[in-house]
Amino acid sequence: MTSAALRSRAWKLLEMVTTPLLPSDYLDLVSPLRAGADLRGRIEAVHPETSDAATIVIRPGRGWRGHTAGQYVRIGVDVDGVRLWRAYSVTSPTNRQDGRVTITVKAIPDGKVSNHLVRRAKPGTLIQLDQATGDFVLPEAKPAKVLYLTAGSGITPVMGMLRDTEFNDVVMVHCAPQPQDVIFRNELHDLVADKKLQLTEVHTATDGMLDIARLDELVPDWAERETWACGPAGLLDAAEEHWSEYGMPERLHVERFRPSIVVAGDGGEVTFSVTGKTVDADGATPLLDVGEEAGVLMPSGCRMGICFGCVTPLKAGVVRDLRTGEITEAEPGVLIQTCVSAAAGPCDIER
Amino acid sequence: MTAIDPTAHLTAEQIEELGRELDAIRDEVIAGRGEKDAAYIRKVISAQRKLELVSRGVLLFSFFPPAWLVGTAGLSVAKIMDNMEIGHNVLHGQWDWMRDPKIHSTTWDWDHVSPADQWKHSHNELHHTYTNVLGKDNDLGYGIMRVDEDQKWHPFHLGQPLWNFINACFFEYGIAAYDLELGKNLNKRRRKDPEFRARAKAVGRKIRKQVLKDYVIHPLLSGPSFLPTLAATFTANLVRNVWTHSVIMCGHFPEGVQVFERRSIKGETRGQWYLRQMMGSANISGSKAMHFMTGNLSHQIEHHLFPDLPSNRYAEVAVKVRALFDKYELEYVTGPLPKQVFSAWRKVFRLSLPNKKPKGTTPAREQELVAA
Repeated sequence: MTSAALRSRAWKLLEMVTTPLLPSDYLDLVSPLRAGADLRGRIEAVHPETSDAATIVIRPGRGWRGHTAGQYVRIGVDVDGVRLWRAYSVTSPTNRQDGRVTITVKAIPDGKVSNHLVRRAKPGTLIQLDQATGDFVLPEAKPAKVLYLTAGSGITPVMGMLRDTEFNDVVMVHCAPQPQDVIFRNELHDLVADKKLQLTEVHTATDGMLDIARLDELVPDWAERETWACGPAGLLDAAEEHWSEYGMPERLHVERFRPSIVVAGDGGEVTFSVTGKTVDADGATPLLDVGEEAGVLMPSGCRMGICFGCVTPLKAGVVRDLRTGEITEAEPGVLIQTCVSAAAGPCDIER
Repeated sequence: MTAIDPTAHLTAEQIEELGRELDAIRDEVIAGRGEKDAAYIRKVISAQRKLELVSRGVLLFSFFPPAWLVGTAGLSVAKIMDNMEIGHNVLHGQWDWMRDPKIHSTTWDWDHVSPADQWKHSHNELHHTYTNVLGKDNDLGYGIMRVDEDQKWHPFHLGQPLWNFINACFFEYGIAAYDLELGKNLNKRRRKDPEFRARAKAVGRKIRKQVLKDYVIHPLLSGPSFLPTLAATFTANLVRNVWTHSVIMCGHFPEGVQVFERRSIKGETRGQWYLRQMMGSANISGSKAMHFMTGNLSHQIEHHLFPDLPSNRYAEVAVKVRALFDKYELEYVTGPLPKQVFSAWRKVFRLSLPNKKPKGTTPAREQELVAA
């Protein structure tokens, strides 16, 4: 018998010992970061960067496969007891000696996760991790000239790149309201002092928003540069238009942070994605009834919110609990009770 | 179904007002759910796993009598925690709001021979929706006992104290059979129904796994302690079964608890549904440890009003619920465990014998009950 087959036999036996739980349920008690466990990380330190941004140092579990500079990682954090998932750019270089990774988080107004991470997260806390992903990365062949065009927290993936790979000729244009809002400002200025970076800071509180036409003046040879841009949608839209206008859209690489503006309204178009049906629903009819009326096979139970026999994944959109008025937004892994939830906007129910 | 309706003094408006007041209690707890509650259930789960691990470890040396005693006691408590404060409550969806896929009603499995999904259907859906409605809620007597004067007596009921005792000792198997609706499904035609067969197969698989673990694998791992470990696991299962059976008997069987007719729930309003839960359930009074070991089912009334609220919040909810009972002049049936268990058993004995037809029972209604 091969060693792999032997191991799987041994594991089966172990499962018989721990049934109905799994051996991993017990192993998680002592070693949540071991190889083979669900990927997790432990927060080891939280370093403030500005008044509303902080860098989180994470020790990833053994299953972490590393990242490429510029990529992001999804993390699951328990905020007020509820697990919430968000994506953040990795800001550490890929060759960090201690194997830790860092993300840098800017607290956005009413942001549940970002405020928790910046202001309340404690070293020692376990978080859930996904493998790093994203194609906002540097090419294998080094370009001769590079431009980084960033604004606000859009600097984070670019900082991962700056720390990771040195280029001969790098220019950065970064926008932030005031000097003290520039994340990593000291480190950037050190790079400038070492002649490793040419930096232009645009302080939007005094200078106003960056007009993309000013690029000719700020970076006269911008058209010769391979450009990576990350920031608010307005800046990125303008940049894409500008690069297209000059006939070189392929030289511009853009990272857009997920626009998560959900406005809860009353009713909306409901898609049952498995069945492939789409119907209009009002804000008062339970999604269970909406589905059944549309001929979708819906799991059901007590029809009054007590038995949890109707829970179904909410793939996209937003729903309202008809009893409490509470709003639930779609996130990976979110299940809703269809018998007491109504559409609060367009939504996608996995049935 | 007593001749005198203990809710007769309430007007329809009062009943709806009562419903609104209960909704307000529920909303307040939901708004306040948070980190502390999540930490609570995680701590309980972790403690249960450690206790089970240590107890099973001690039982490896159970040829040594003190080790047998300690290991058996620990395993009994671990099994009770698994079934009551953790399993029952997680499977109710009480912790689904945490969005932790590992502590969720859709993924949880328990140390019990009834598969979680079958139990959720018969318990969460049927029992909790149709609480104490004769013919709809089979928890009333589990289909083997007569628990109300209005139910027709049959000579079979003479043996019900014995049936109940056997059910207590092997309660998890009783529940599995009950979730399968075994009595109803064993006749020739239904037995072949593919859906029933699939469910019976699932129960068979679960039983095989549980039995293999408790009565083969762990005793074998104990080597020279094979027999003492076997005896220890059997004892722990027995203790757990008798304990859970006793707690559950106290929930709906003691004197003073009301039973309802099928037609009484036609067009039931939210307020009326709440009222039925209030009159159909009974509590156990006692210490914090008692509440914990019953999985907070000692707060059965509160649990039936709000089956999906986290169990650690029932104690604070109980104060407010009890105030509503007082305000609306309703009887809050509660008492210490021995008193409630005695009361429930007395009813089992009393109704094993035929009784005079209660006043106000029309022949038509009796027929309906027989049909149920």
